[in-house]
Amino acid sequence: MSNSKMFAQLLPSLRLVPKRSASPIARHVRCYAKPSVAPLPASPARLVQSPMRRSPWSTSLQTRTFSASAAVSHGHVDPPTPGEELYVTFIDKEGAEHKLAVSKGDNLLDIAQAHDLEMEGACGGSCACSTCHVIVLDQEYYDKMPEPDDDENDMLDLAFGLQETSRLGCQIVMTPELDGLRVKLPAMTRNLQSSDFK
Amino acid sequence: MLPIRCAKSLPSVKLTLPIGLRSFFRALPSRTLSTAQSTRDGRPFRLAVIGSGPAGFYTAYRAMSRIQNSKVDMYEALPVPYGLVRFGVAPDHPEVKNCQEKFEEVASSPNFTFIGNVSIGTKSDHPDGGTIPLASILRHYHAVVFSYGAAKDRSLGIPRENSKGVYSARQFVGWYNGLPEHADLAPDLTQGEEAVIIGQGNVALDVARMLLEDVDVLRKSDIAEHAIETLSKSKVKRVHIVGRRGPMQAAFTIKEIRELMRLPSVAFHPIDTTLVPEDIRSLPRAPRRLMDILLKGSPTPPSRSQKSWSLDFLLSPAAFLPSPTDPSRLAATQFTRTTLSSPFDPNAYTLPTNETHTIPSALAFRSIGYQSIPLPEFAPLGIPFNDRHGVISNDGRGRVQHEERSADASMHMGRFPGLYCAGWVKRGPTGVIASTMEDAFSTADAIAEDWGDERVAFLNDAWRDVGGWDGVKGEESGIGGVRVVDWEGWRRIDAAERERGARVGKEREKFTRTGDMLAVLG
Repeated sequence: MSNSKMFAQLLPSLRLVPKRSASPIARHVRCYAKPSVAPLPASPARLVQSPMRRSPWSTSLQTRTFSASAAVSHGHVDPPTPGEELYVTFIDKEGAEHKLAVSKGDNLLDIAQAHDLEMEGACGGSCACSTCHVIVLDQEYYDKMPEPDDDENDMLDLAFGLQETSRLGCQIVMTPELDGLRVKLPAMTRNLQSSDFK
Repeated sequence: MLPIRCAKSLPSVKLTLPIGLRSFFRALPSRTLSTAQSTRDGRPFRLAVIGSGPAGFYTAYRAMSRIQNSKVDMYEALPVPYGLVRFGVAPDHPEVKNCQEKFEEVASSPNFTFIGNVSIGTKSDHPDGGTIPLASILRHYHAVVFSYGAAKDRSLGIPRENSKGVYSARQFVGWYNGLPEHADLAPDLTQGEEAVIIGQGNVALDVARMLLEDVDVLRKSDIAEHAIETLSKSKVKRVHIVGRRGPMQAAFTIKEIRELMRLPSVAFHPIDTTLVPEDIRSLPRAPRRLMDILLKGSPTPPSRSQKSWSLDFLLSPAAFLPSPTDPSRLAATQFTRTTLSSPFDPNAYTLPTNETHTIPSALAFRSIGYQSIPLPEFAPLGIPFNDRHGVISNDGRGRVQHEERSADASMHMGRFPGLYCAGWVKRGPTGVIASTMEDAFSTADAIAEDWGDERVAFLNDAWRDVGGWDGVKGEESGIGGVRVVDWEGWRRIDAAERERGARVGKEREKFTRTGDMLAVLG
């Protein structure tokens, strides 16, 4: 049975097909440069002020809408009242930064889903899985948060790439104290290698 | 004959290639803006997913969001979806089932078709179900994902494993969760006060919790009604959860241990502390927290509680001992004591001793793991199955592969065009839903990468539409007269179950017979 090999041998010309670009560039209108100096960017108008909810099955360029679509029960956040915005920055798996204006009381899982960031919440934000694992980038902010309870820690124990400042996104609720928070989404778990099965 | 007809599809590939290439370049600008993988010019991608558990749904979800114009047909042998989310997750863990919301969202897509009550390759295990040969599926899709999980469980291979009173945890879990296959298990929990669970994974802890938890708490969950009846008559007061190794090597996770520790008026017998390092503060975070909770124990001591449980370490099952009055019935479980190569090493192995240990037990559950089995057509089709690990041979990202001989007679791993696997049948029966999700995502990403790379072969002719479910339906007489359950059909069954549940104060009262499920559809 070597149909695949046969297929490959019979199609030498196909090898010249240019490889698709896997570059994360131009991924998203909401990629912002790292605001390394000013805590707030000079022109807040560039920021997304409200959740960008799109039609769930649009064939538009933003295919990730899927992750934050139809079900109304998750990812729902209200746009912040002007003048009362809090800012949180997510650094996604590809290293792109997403600085978002959010309201007090929103949790990071809802925020991420409402903005189509790649964060699952398999248990719907009930602290029963570790799919919304985030790493808080500044110890100072981590210390400002109420300590994780046993249930959250139990789930974090199972999270891949656990760090000292790991938290579950569903348990971090935005408060004025956390304005300017920066969190990183951990890379996916290692892929299984074929050697695992030998 | 293998229905992966690459040779047959070659002429059309040669003819369409230049056009395909031109449009490939035309399509580039929009693609660079998209997070989707390249899509063979947006041609419809037909994907069949075999099995509707979390592995199937998460693969479908990711593939649909990564591949433009993908059409996913999901086949399920039962009339109802969700696999182990419905039939494996404990009824007192409703929050874990919230992932169903995501699956509903996936199923609401016009590009998704649910084909329930149709078994692929294996004859349907219920009389009302239909069966379609895998070969037929392979003719009508570009790719197939096997995500049918682990339908069997491992056996111990010790004497009198078939005694009355010995159950497989998988059957017991299926029974209390209303799985039709095990609706008639009728476990007898009235023969004695002590129960033994062999194995220390989370399934073992689920079984223990079902035996120890207040029935009135369970009554409010979506547990099957027949399970409530049986559990309320249970005489079990003492549960031994037995493992071959020690606490540092155990497979259970802390959440499930904490739940057992928190059960009101249920006591935990202290563990053998010599198996825990003296200074647990020097351990890594996860084992440190786990050892801490095991050492702290339960708030209620065994002397002051009706029900209790223990973790019995360093015991390897040797035999089930018969009752003197009825030799067909279990009276006790005999173990051989073991020692560990290194007590605190998580990878320590066991060495047997000459010492035996017997635990009186009229009831025993073996909970030593689930097991995937190959579909009967795998062998004739040449699809490789690794019997030792119970997985479909794959490259670690879910691409099915097999050994083949090169022109120079050396062996190498070759791919099966268009065949993929995800979930437990890919990596073995371990891990929580989050692990299956990530595993499914990696398979879907591999599919998207392959579809985006025009050199990669798929089933049939990747350059034309191949029909999917309509094509299968058109040529399959094996499903004549069978009630195929689509998503709308499932929603009606779902609504009927919720209505039944509402009458008795539960979220749902599951139908435990496929005939009753189908009766809802008239």
